[in-house]
Amino acid sequence: MSAVPSAQLLRVRRRLGDRFGDIFLYGLTAAAAAAAGALLVAIAWKVFDVARPAISKFGFGFLTHQGWDVARNQFGALDFIWGTAITSLVALAIAAPVSIAIGLYLSELAPRGARTVIASLVELLAAIPSVVLGLWGILVLGPFVGQDLEPWLHRHLGFIPLFSGSPENSGILVAILVLTIMIIPISSSICRELFLGVPDELEHGALALGATRWEMVRGVILPYTRSGVSAALILGFGRAIGEAIAVTQVIGAGHGIHWSLFVTGDTLASRVAEQYQGAAGLQLASLVYLAAILLVFSLIVNLVALAITRRFSYQRAGAT
Amino acid sequence: MAADAGRYSLTLSPRTRRRKLVNLFMQALATLAALSAVAVLVLVIVSVAQRAFGALTWDFFTKTAATFGESGGGVANALVGTIVLVVVAAVMAIPVGILVAVYISEFAPPRIATATKLVLDVLNGLPSIIIGIFVFGLLVLGSGQAAWKGSFALAIIMLPLIARATQEVLALVPSTLREGALGLGASRWRTVVGVVLPTSIGGILTGTVLAVARAAGETAPLLFTTSIAANVVTWDPRQPVLSIPVDIFALSESPDPADHARAWALGFVLIAFVLVISLGARLLLVRHQKKLEG
Repeated sequence: MSAVPSAQLLRVRRRLGDRFGDIFLYGLTAAAAAAAGALLVAIAWKVFDVARPAISKFGFGFLTHQGWDVARNQFGALDFIWGTAITSLVALAIAAPVSIAIGLYLSELAPRGARTVIASLVELLAAIPSVVLGLWGILVLGPFVGQDLEPWLHRHLGFIPLFSGSPENSGILVAILVLTIMIIPISSSICRELFLGVPDELEHGALALGATRWEMVRGVILPYTRSGVSAALILGFGRAIGEAIAVTQVIGAGHGIHWSLFVTGDTLASRVAEQYQGAAGLQLASLVYLAAILLVFSLIVNLVALAITRRFSYQRAGAT
Repeated sequence: MAADAGRYSLTLSPRTRRRKLVNLFMQALATLAALSAVAVLVLVIVSVAQRAFGALTWDFFTKTAATFGESGGGVANALVGTIVLVVVAAVMAIPVGILVAVYISEFAPPRIATATKLVLDVLNGLPSIIIGIFVFGLLVLGSGQAAWKGSFALAIIMLPLIARATQEVLALVPSTLREGALGLGASRWRTVVGVVLPTSIGGILTGTVLAVARAAGETAPLLFTTSIAANVVTWDPRQPVLSIPVDIFALSESPDPADHARAWALGFVLIAFVLVISLGARLLLVRHQKKLEG
């Protein structure tokens, strides 16, 4: 017997190694994927678990109860559900037309050389950390809103309940503007990609028939991308309802349900971020209950957006 | 003659004129929208840079916060804290993210691949404060804060970003490369480790770097997991550490203008880091794509 193993032995050993390597890599990657799924389940379970004392004490009544009284241990979520709804919905209402317009500009209008530059600048807006945007919101945007924008709105549009009340440097309106700035880069970059995906034949056909660019947009591009655009906007909305930090910085920790946009308020996420420190017992559980409500909302919003995108891409795949 | 001139006139009819005006108006609005988004970006960056300028001294980077009554002081502990948090988070998230991506693109049956992608997208859509609450409930409640717990929260935020980005570049690897390797008798795992992953390393790097940039700016997950820390510089992930975003958050709510100045300076450091990294990653991606196509 020589010290050199025979070719046969080497081949067997190599085959065994490959066999083992294949199974090992498969097992490792599958375990990682399973862990990601388990993580999602664990997150939902743990949030509801920590909130359990509040859930068993208040039940679903928590959703419709107003007020947050730490001294008497009486907690309700309605103020914050309202705050989340009004800030995110109004921000979406402002961001939607702007995002679509930016998407159209970047896909149809912008000069070729400037396209990628402007597109990456708009996307960089999304890269600004929310805490920095919040800092800017308190110290720059807030004073502008309180001293210039709100008095102006009040003077000219004060008959609308949204613009009634006295101007403040922090409050719902500042939060809305900050959220708008956060939604726009997300939605507009998805819109741009959708608009770029519209087949050239369709666009050229409309233009050849004598349509102006705007008529082509209204008649071809927007109908063709309708569901995708709505998914893009819903994703932006999902980002808005979950934003905690920047909103906490600018919204002013208020109470109650008001139609006025000038008053201070709170959203689900911002109330949690404000009060977690020093909270214990039922107050902590109630804060986490707020987070659980937010979790359910954002799951629904995200799943709806994903479902629309999926249907949209199937349709497209079928059409070609 | 006069009638003919009217019929074949080259001047626009009122209706056409109106259509052209509407078109022009809409184009102007779209241009305005894009310009205002860029203007907001410039406005934020300029106002941060302007206010940060005076506070960016040598002491700012090398000293910890001044104790009550003293002036001066810096944010060295927050800077080091962010480095510790992000590095530990990256060590946790990168291998898992790449493994999940390899599973989706190389091994999973189509249905399970779709389901895994859905899980990643849902994870990515979760508000970061929910992640913070989860880690708080899982690790902090009862045993206290620590840097590694904050890193774990950041890793959960990075995981879907890295996995999705990696999976998308793996899908771009030409199947001829895989077939070539398998045809030469290489086993599955040798193909993945020796051919597929090296081909897509550029794209994987880009996704990872973008995820790091995103994690470095996150505040909410850290509030619950590592926000109350001693005023010293520590590299130990078992201790709670302060971080740049949490420090900005705390300083921004203070009424003291000196604190605001420090918040602006920290904000500048954070923005500069995040923007440089995102731009660099984007350039890297463009180069990588050109190489794959060329």
